[in-house]
Amino acid sequence: MDKSWHDMGGDPAGPVIPAEHDFALWEKRVDALFMLTTAKGLFTVDALRRVLEDMGPEAFETMTYYERWITAVNRNLIEAGVYSTAELAAKIAEVKARGADYGTASLGGGDG
Amino acid sequence: MPHDHPDHGGISPSGHPYRPDQDGPLTEAQALEIAVRELLIEKGIVTAGEIAAAIARMDARSPAVGARIVARAWTDPAFKARLLADGSAAAREMGADIDALKLVVVENTPDTHNAIVCTLCSCYPRTLLGLPPDWYKSREYRSRMVREPRRVLAEFGLHLPPNVRVRVHDSTADMRYIVLPARPAGTEGWSEEQLAAIVTRDCMIGVAVPRLPG
Repeated sequence: MDKSWHDMGGDPAGPVIPAEHDFALWEKRVDALFMLTTAKGLFTVDALRRVLEDMGPEAFETMTYYERWITAVNRNLIEAGVYSTAELAAKIAEVKARGADYGTASLGGGDG
Repeated sequence: MPHDHPDHGGISPSGHPYRPDQDGPLTEAQALEIAVRELLIEKGIVTAGEIAAAIARMDARSPAVGARIVARAWTDPAFKARLLADGSAAAREMGADIDALKLVVVENTPDTHNAIVCTLCSCYPRTLLGLPPDWYKSREYRSRMVREPRRVLAEFGLHLPPNVRVRVHDSTADMRYIVLPARPAGTEGWSEEQLAAIVTRDCMIGVAVPRLPG
């Protein structure tokens, strides 16, 4: 059986680029939302990984780590019935209407 | 409220670059994060306070937590024995927050060097080291660390003699490894605080070894 794309151990690959960055507030919030919603039993770490793995190698190459995570958290919350896709679409439209950058699109200027 | 755009010259106080998207136009992922967060708050599932507390807990986790544990192990043989026998319990003794994870401490010796990886995703001893660096989650590190660790370590500037065995530990969601580096010669009589200062994050991942300053 072929292994799944995410099982990368032993695959050929190029040099390790020693890249790192300080996590932005929105990235830390994604992490916090994952930690809190799984701690409250809405889904599990395995469910997060199931969506991440289903997103496939293209998403791995084109999206950043927390971009993939928020996608997977969102999918699991919809599956858990926490909110509907219609509620989400309306909320995203509301967020985008507030402003063109993260600070102005966030209530309380990004601190709240 | 206007959004403050500080002139940071592209480099943070820790010396790492900010992500370019931090102050740029709102991305789809950022809009999704705001939307998910607000829906969760509106539905009464999480509070803004819980999110802020979770981020504060995240910010409090740094390699300094792991370094204190290493320094204690170097100066207290009984603690080191407990640490190697049950990493989770010994780390909790030091006040570290381990959650439900099983923590396995792997010790570097004169003939064995250890390093950690997560080939499947990004599992990492985050309670002791903070969030993992980008390279730890990269295809290159995950793929090659288990096949040609010596070459990968050399790319980090760590050239191990051929007689030193390299053991690579593949982490899982429930079991995290951390490397206990060897105490370098020339540190006799040092305080735990002095010792902790030479134990970097990369030493505890196993892509570096502690070096004396200067």
